[in-house]
Amino acid sequence: MIFTIAGKELRSMFTSPLAWVILAFLQFVLALIFLKQVDGFLMVQAQLARTPNAPGLTEVAIVPMFGVASMVLLMSVPLLTMRLVSEERRNQTMALLMSAPVSMTQIVLGKYLAMVVFLLLISSLISLMALSMLAGGAIDTGLLAANLIGLFLLGCSFAAIGLFISCLTTHPVVAAVLSLAVFLGLWIINIAATDPESWLHLLSLLKHFEGFMNGSVAVTDLIFFGLLIVTFVILSIRRLDSDRLHA
Amino acid sequence: MSNTAGQEITLAASGLSRRYGTNLAVDDISLDLRRGEIVGLLGPNGAGKTTTMKMITGNLAPSAGSVSICGVDLIEKPTAAKTRIGYLPEVPPLYKDLRVDEYLRLAGRLHKVAKPELGRAVDRAKLRSGLSDMGRKLIGSLSKGYQQRVGIAQAIIHDPDVIILDEPTVGLDPNQIREIRALIRELGNEHSVILSTHILPEVEAICDRVQILHRGKVVFADAISGLRQFRGGHSLQVSLRRPPPQEELSTAVAPARAEKVGDCVFRVMSQPGHDPTDQLVRASVERDWGLYQLSPAQASVEEVFVQLTRQDTANPDTAQAPAGASPDPEATT
Repeated sequence: MIFTIAGKELRSMFTSPLAWVILAFLQFVLALIFLKQVDGFLMVQAQLARTPNAPGLTEVAIVPMFGVASMVLLMSVPLLTMRLVSEERRNQTMALLMSAPVSMTQIVLGKYLAMVVFLLLISSLISLMALSMLAGGAIDTGLLAANLIGLFLLGCSFAAIGLFISCLTTHPVVAAVLSLAVFLGLWIINIAATDPESWLHLLSLLKHFEGFMNGSVAVTDLIFFGLLIVTFVILSIRRLDSDRLHA
Repeated sequence: MSNTAGQEITLAASGLSRRYGTNLAVDDISLDLRRGEIVGLLGPNGAGKTTTMKMITGNLAPSAGSVSICGVDLIEKPTAAKTRIGYLPEVPPLYKDLRVDEYLRLAGRLHKVAKPELGRAVDRAKLRSGLSDMGRKLIGSLSKGYQQRVGIAQAIIHDPDVIILDEPTVGLDPNQIREIRALIRELGNEHSVILSTHILPEVEAICDRVQILHRGKVVFADAISGLRQFRGGHSLQVSLRRPPPQEELSTAVAPARAEKVGDCVFRVMSQPGHDPTDQLVRASVERDWGLYQLSPAQASVEEVFVQLTRQDTANPDTAQAPAGASPDPEATT
């Protein structure tokens, strides 16, 4: 049943041009950055070869690409999550799901799964671009894998928060703007902290993502993203259930 | 199943209440439905029809009361109970960017129609709702009438025991209304159907039983024939060429009362068990009123409706008015 709902979400994602535009935009921007970085690497390659312990191709070309990819996700995930629930509310199509023999948990998980599949698609497109380097040289696959895991978890966290915000309103645009604001706020919340030991660093998505970008897959970061995702998925289920109870 | 038609209770709702804040939208409504029966929920806008239906279909949790579908409790085992219900909400829940076939397949999957059966279920639902050659069309491009049919097809795709239709004919043209009504009557042969409406002739045309709601309460529940009988007394429409003053006519037909409704047209309302026809004809001949038309006023549910739903409003005059009182124009639309 979860797969039926996820399939329906993916279908409506790809029947509208939005998903295609986002994919194309993402590929275009990343390819641009990637080319520029590879170009820069080729220019300084001779000097790098002489310095000991110099950064390799992966550090110079691929890691910055993931940095940009995380920003693009921050901006595009709200556009994808905005309509998940709020549009169903607006068009009053929620009744089809609510009166079908499907639990609220299945509805929410189905919608979330559709987002996860879309993020997997994005991640695999990015990794293909990075792997294309294999044609002309060696890359640090460990570092690439850490970056991919980080980006995917970051996207999943955005999706969970976006899904919850979409449950709060009947206006998709309001959901998108609100999600974007929350993402940006969480991204840079650590700026507010002057004390390097401040607890605000724990909340910052950027701080947790940086670890993956440096190639370290820390258990604490995994737990942070995991908790964030589970929390917001559960909150979405609760929120939809309360629609039935109190609306 | 056909041998138990009219016997087996498919839906039993008891003591349903729903509170929105301090406002009691539905107050202690009970409803039983048997297989092969069509029940009409009738009431003015805001009477609680839609709220009741949402509670019966599990879209809204009742504040009090219980619902069971074919013996399965809706609140304790929602998924098991919901496979037996088909629901068409007031606004059909259509995904406008899907094709009719895609949409119906989705609805079938959601209602746990087994995959091998799905194609047949879609074809059957389309055939019954008159959508056979619409399968490839986008739902968004269909006319309102056809969209309504897709909504009905969605409600019957899993062959449910109970079909719940919220204002199924609203916004359709007269031909479409006739077709949808015929479809509902056909559905009523095998399934139990509840439909809500504020259109009285619709209930008379389709339903076996009627429940009239007003301000969240059931004010009347009986078979359609009982509804007609409920009218307090009879009324006659009388046309006279040389009409006397209203008081003179009233005294001539006492204890019935006469009321002027047009220049030469009167309505005579009598108490049950008293027929003023003879008195009226005799008086007309004796006093040369020139009686040229005498007909029993149409036995209409509208009058009963107005009477029932106005009983507890502020104006006692209207509440006491016998069945002949001119119907509320709103209620007839």
